[in-house]
Amino acid sequence: MVERYVMSIDQGTTSTRCILFDHRGRLVSVAQREHRQYFPRPGWVEHDAMEIWRNVQRIVPEALAGVGADAAQIAAIGIANQRETTVLWDRRTGTPLGRAIVWQDTRTAPLVDALRDRPGDEFFLDRCGLPPSTYFSAPRIRWLFDHVEDLEKRARNGEVLFGTMESWLIWNLTGGVDGGLHISDPTNASRTMLVNIRTLTWDPELLDFFGVPRPLLPEIRSSAESYGEARALLPGVRIGAALGDQQAALFGQTCFSPGEAKCTYGTGSFLLMNTGTDLVHSRNGLLTTVAYKIFNQPTVYALEGPMAVTGSLVQWFRDRLGLISTAPEIETLARTVEDNGGCYIVPAFSGLFAPYWRSDARGVIVGLTSYITKGHLARAVLEATAWQTREVVDAVNADSGLTLKQLRVDGGMTSDNLLMQMLADVLDVPVVRPLVAETVSLGAAYAAGLAVGYWPDMEVLRRNWYRAGQWLPDMDPERRAYEYESWKRAVERSLGWIRPDDAARARRSGQ
Amino acid sequence: MAGPVQSIERAAAILRLLAAGSRRLGLGEIASSLGLAKGTAHGILRTLQGVGFVEQDETTGKYQLGAALLHLGTSYLDVNELRSRSLNWADALAARSGEAVRLGTPLEGQVLVVHHVFRPDDTLQTLDVGTLLPLHASSLGKVLLAFGTATLDPPEEGLRAYTRHTLVDPGELNRALAEIRELGWGAEVQEMSMGDAGIAAPIRGHGGLVVGAIGLSGRVERICDHRGRPLPALVALVRDAARAISRELGATRW
Repeated sequence: MVERYVMSIDQGTTSTRCILFDHRGRLVSVAQREHRQYFPRPGWVEHDAMEIWRNVQRIVPEALAGVGADAAQIAAIGIANQRETTVLWDRRTGTPLGRAIVWQDTRTAPLVDALRDRPGDEFFLDRCGLPPSTYFSAPRIRWLFDHVEDLEKRARNGEVLFGTMESWLIWNLTGGVDGGLHISDPTNASRTMLVNIRTLTWDPELLDFFGVPRPLLPEIRSSAESYGEARALLPGVRIGAALGDQQAALFGQTCFSPGEAKCTYGTGSFLLMNTGTDLVHSRNGLLTTVAYKIFNQPTVYALEGPMAVTGSLVQWFRDRLGLISTAPEIETLARTVEDNGGCYIVPAFSGLFAPYWRSDARGVIVGLTSYITKGHLARAVLEATAWQTREVVDAVNADSGLTLKQLRVDGGMTSDNLLMQMLADVLDVPVVRPLVAETVSLGAAYAAGLAVGYWPDMEVLRRNWYRAGQWLPDMDPERRAYEYESWKRAVERSLGWIRPDDAARARRSGQ
Repeated sequence: MAGPVQSIERAAAILRLLAAGSRRLGLGEIASSLGLAKGTAHGILRTLQGVGFVEQDETTGKYQLGAALLHLGTSYLDVNELRSRSLNWADALAARSGEAVRLGTPLEGQVLVVHHVFRPDDTLQTLDVGTLLPLHASSLGKVLLAFGTATLDPPEEGLRAYTRHTLVDPGELNRALAEIRELGWGAEVQEMSMGDAGIAAPIRGHGGLVVGAIGLSGRVERICDHRGRPLPALVALVRDAARAISRELGATRW
């Protein structure tokens, strides 16, 4: 019998990957391509949506060729994507209207500050579960309307489509200008600040508030259901799932029960805990988000703690400081010293995310003395990720009333054994890596496979999960407490660096 | 200013000669090709051998370029980089074989375990990244020895016998290594501890240079058939994983 596979396309912040999985959830083929990062001004981050679509067109055949499969052997396609990254395109030509504005982009900071003043966080938290932040899509749409001539008018005339990356890719895969499906799923749509977190529909009050016309927006479908067949690239293959990358990872880690949590370590890092069908409002700086919605089953929610800069701090260390030539070498360099030498790095490159949500913070390196070597800095880089995780775990424990018993980890940084040990040490719980490190892709594949009956139910998926590695806490409690306090003092020093009039000054000199 | 150093010029000529040919050369061939006295050529070759730029085949006595020379420049591979690039394939190997997987690189006459994936059965296991294995008694080590990535410096009292199956006789070990070179993979059957066995294959980087080895290990009855021979299906999985990682590292032909 010819083997059949599920294909996942993970459209991430730095690259897009296409991975094929077999029935037992095992990875059988991978193709990957990086896309260019545009930094046109301080705080701005952009992608070329067309380049990303071209990359998908290249990696899909590559992944098939990797295992000698043809389209007929693909049972379904699942898509996972970088969330909140905003692309607007012309409905008739299919051309993006400018570059996509990436989730890390902070150009909307002045608008967000104004929203937090009036109408204030509560107005938004009540409706969409999110506080205003530069992180989410709606302020970006508003910014584009305010800065691109005629865009708002054309949007009102129905000439323009909005999407996060899953919408953009599904539209192109299903025919583009020639009848492409314009759809999204609750995990992605709920991160726009335009969706009512209870009804999971576009909220008229929020649309009105941001001045977003309904024709601009995709239809919200379930995270897993057969949306339709692809017409480009893999004609006839059903597209069965779309999930924001972090929710996809939660799904891929089979965190299906309330209290189960995972953290994905990539460019940024994201800790999500399943809270079941209950909507838990955070009092400790976490986000209430949709975990997944399978077919017409009840929506499952999650608490989320996003950390903006973790892996990207290593990239910065590599590309901007040039102290290492590849990311994994950070471990080699960090192991040249015994400890951080008293040095801490708070990577608030675009403010701090959970649990602080301070856009006025900027990065600091503290504790510098003539004793500090690049090895100490490398250690401080890795420790920054560990301590940020600790702060989010503390918040998750407080909000959920549960105590995290172990942390399931995934993402590229899990290959860093020193970081994994640091995590176990500072969290004081076991850190567990599953056999498939590519949980984002696996989660999208799982959801798509469920949608088309490739897998019968979620219990089968749970049985596919195996422990591939485990790190146990091994740190003196007193030292842990001391280091944690030092970290918090370092964080204090990063706060308030940006003055209220800095943004206005930057705007004036900018345009 | 002093003129060129003649012996270095001659050493360079020997290296060029060895690099030009695809086969190993004997002392007589080298000396006559370059118009050197045999004694002179031998002195230079011994020196080059000492720094690892030249290797001598133990059975034929012929010379070839050494692994250390190939390591010059581009080939250095950080072990954490190796782990990072191998992660997916090591996971896939463990998933498909049902056995524990390890990656090894040479370190000071032993094998350094740089990556370890648990056997996927959810039993209690402990990560042993950073531990050292013997070169002559582990499948990873034997592969590293066979492809010249590691060299064995036996102690005075000879190689340690971990079990009665450990290859401690240099002749026997060399024959086993020649077979590994021929087959492209190596095994260890109850040579490190009774009841256990392992299979490993070389990981190649740019230019085909072997930079490490990947292998699986487990109970001998799961790894081998009733005659103590590694199961072909497992061998194929190990070799596939090794090839996939090699491609990832830029080796083209493997």
